[in-house]
Amino acid sequence: MATEAAQALPPSRRLSLQRWASAVEQGPLDYGSRIWLKVLIGAVFVMLYAPILALIAFSFNDSRRNVVWQGFTTKYYLVAWENQALIAAMANSLTIALLCTLFATVIGAATALLLWRFRFPFKAAFEGFMALPIVIPEICMGVALLVFFARVGRFTSSFESGPIAWWNSLFTLSPLNLSAITISHIAFSFPFVAVVVRARMTGFNRELDEASRDLGASEWQTFRHIILPFMRPGLIAGALLAFTLSLDDFVITFFTSGPETVTFPVKVYSLVRRGVSPDINAASTVLIVITLVATIIAMRLQRSERT
Amino acid sequence: MESWKHNPRVFWILALPGSFWLLCFFLLPLAIIWAMSFGDKTSITDVAITGTLGNYLRAFDPVYLQILWKSVWISVLATSLCLLAAYPVAFGICFAPPRAKPLLLLLVILPFWINLLIRTYALIAVFRTNGFVNYGLAFIYDLFGLTALLGPFQPLQLLYNDFAVIAGLVYVYMPFMVLPLYATIERLDRSYLEASLDLGASQSRTFISVTLPLTMPGIVSGIILVFIPCLGSFLTPDLLGGANAVMIGNVIERQFKAANDWPFGAALSFLLMYATFLALAIRSLAAGRKSGMEL
Repeated sequence: MATEAAQALPPSRRLSLQRWASAVEQGPLDYGSRIWLKVLIGAVFVMLYAPILALIAFSFNDSRRNVVWQGFTTKYYLVAWENQALIAAMANSLTIALLCTLFATVIGAATALLLWRFRFPFKAAFEGFMALPIVIPEICMGVALLVFFARVGRFTSSFESGPIAWWNSLFTLSPLNLSAITISHIAFSFPFVAVVVRARMTGFNRELDEASRDLGASEWQTFRHIILPFMRPGLIAGALLAFTLSLDDFVITFFTSGPETVTFPVKVYSLVRRGVSPDINAASTVLIVITLVATIIAMRLQRSERT
Repeated sequence: MESWKHNPRVFWILALPGSFWLLCFFLLPLAIIWAMSFGDKTSITDVAITGTLGNYLRAFDPVYLQILWKSVWISVLATSLCLLAAYPVAFGICFAPPRAKPLLLLLVILPFWINLLIRTYALIAVFRTNGFVNYGLAFIYDLFGLTALLGPFQPLQLLYNDFAVIAGLVYVYMPFMVLPLYATIERLDRSYLEASLDLGASQSRTFISVTLPLTMPGIVSGIILVFIPCLGSFLTPDLLGGANAVMIGNVIERQFKAANDWPFGAALSFLLMYATFLALAIRSLAAGRKSGMEL
């Protein structure tokens, strides 16, 4: 069948078709060249990507209806840019993500070094607790933090007329008004950083550490000149992971944000509930680009460190 | 590895930040809502911890039991569909030419990095009454001239029902299923497959008797990794299911926001957590005595 069909094609195309047909007849274990498998994989990838690609494409579409292509425009990026609330939410998101990255990387790296270096009682239990924020449903963590910060808020409101009333006014200032969200983000992202950094440290030759000490280096000097340079790619990958986790989080932020402190995903959520519009597409596209760039940098770094 | 006693100063410097953060901003909040789940509401903002089991008993009220049951079957169905679609994909990637493998894997992982909310929003545009699916169907309808026969095209109601929620969950959690499957199929010793085929078993027999049992750890891992977030999902049923497809996550959210019944919400959260721990325990049992927490 395949060869008959190939006769009808021009010679250049015929060759490739023959090669393709002969690949089909390869060994019984050569599942990679089965056509049905290729078609299935293709279908799944189309299913995964078509909605996102449509979303990106239609952010450039010159129509509010968003279904039929009417021509190229970038005006919805301008509309999104001029939306004060949306830009403020984006600024909040980036502030939180940067602070979260800073804290989560330091805390996560310390935890990773602790688990890598020391034996101590109840270590397995400690590791189990560190894995909890990764495994429990986000909504449980979200509501727990909501209740926690409500309690803290009631407690600090009792300072209102006392000698430390300044404490409350401090938390209305940026970026401290975002501290509830930032603290929550650090809590769920530092265990991820710890996992990444620890994976990096398993490749470390402990003899280097011993040699450094034998040669008289102090604890700090060993850390600064031996451990830190080795750990750096893991640190950067962990930091970028914390950044994207923080920037992308919706569920936990939804429960810890107040009316004045809205992040980008929470703002988009309130817009999405009102329906589909091209300026949301534009804003979403910007967020997709930011996260993908951060991810690609992280992957590059991990790859370069392996070779 | 050295004992912490050799260098207690460094030990405490490394141990304190993580322990502090975990204790204050994770375990303490969980402890508070755990205590609250045994409490009663005394006013709009006050909860008295009375040691009552009433909140847990209320969760077994038929209304909520039905929602719990629905959350479970929607998650089971979504997980099964994920498995059915992801297995061939993982299998295909393992047997793909070495050059193509990293790219294919990247294509699987990439959606995972795109905001959950944005992916759900992208699906709304696909499924809504005047979305891409209905537009495509209308186009086909017109192409075959069915308007003359059956009257004008009636758009399908694809959003705000259980179908939309299941489709959304499959779409969102697919990468979680592909990755563990890929990891086990990649480790599969192909000489077993060759032996089976050489000894005269058909391809389907080889798959059922050899490939499937050998890749079972990956299947179990994938099922748990997809089932847990499905069961606890809040955003997907909220946006795609509307009022018709309520899952336990939406009930919890309602207790903490609109309904303002924190003790009951706390009890439901802990039921969800216990279900998660049960699933994780099953997973570590199935994974055998190998290291527990690897993803």
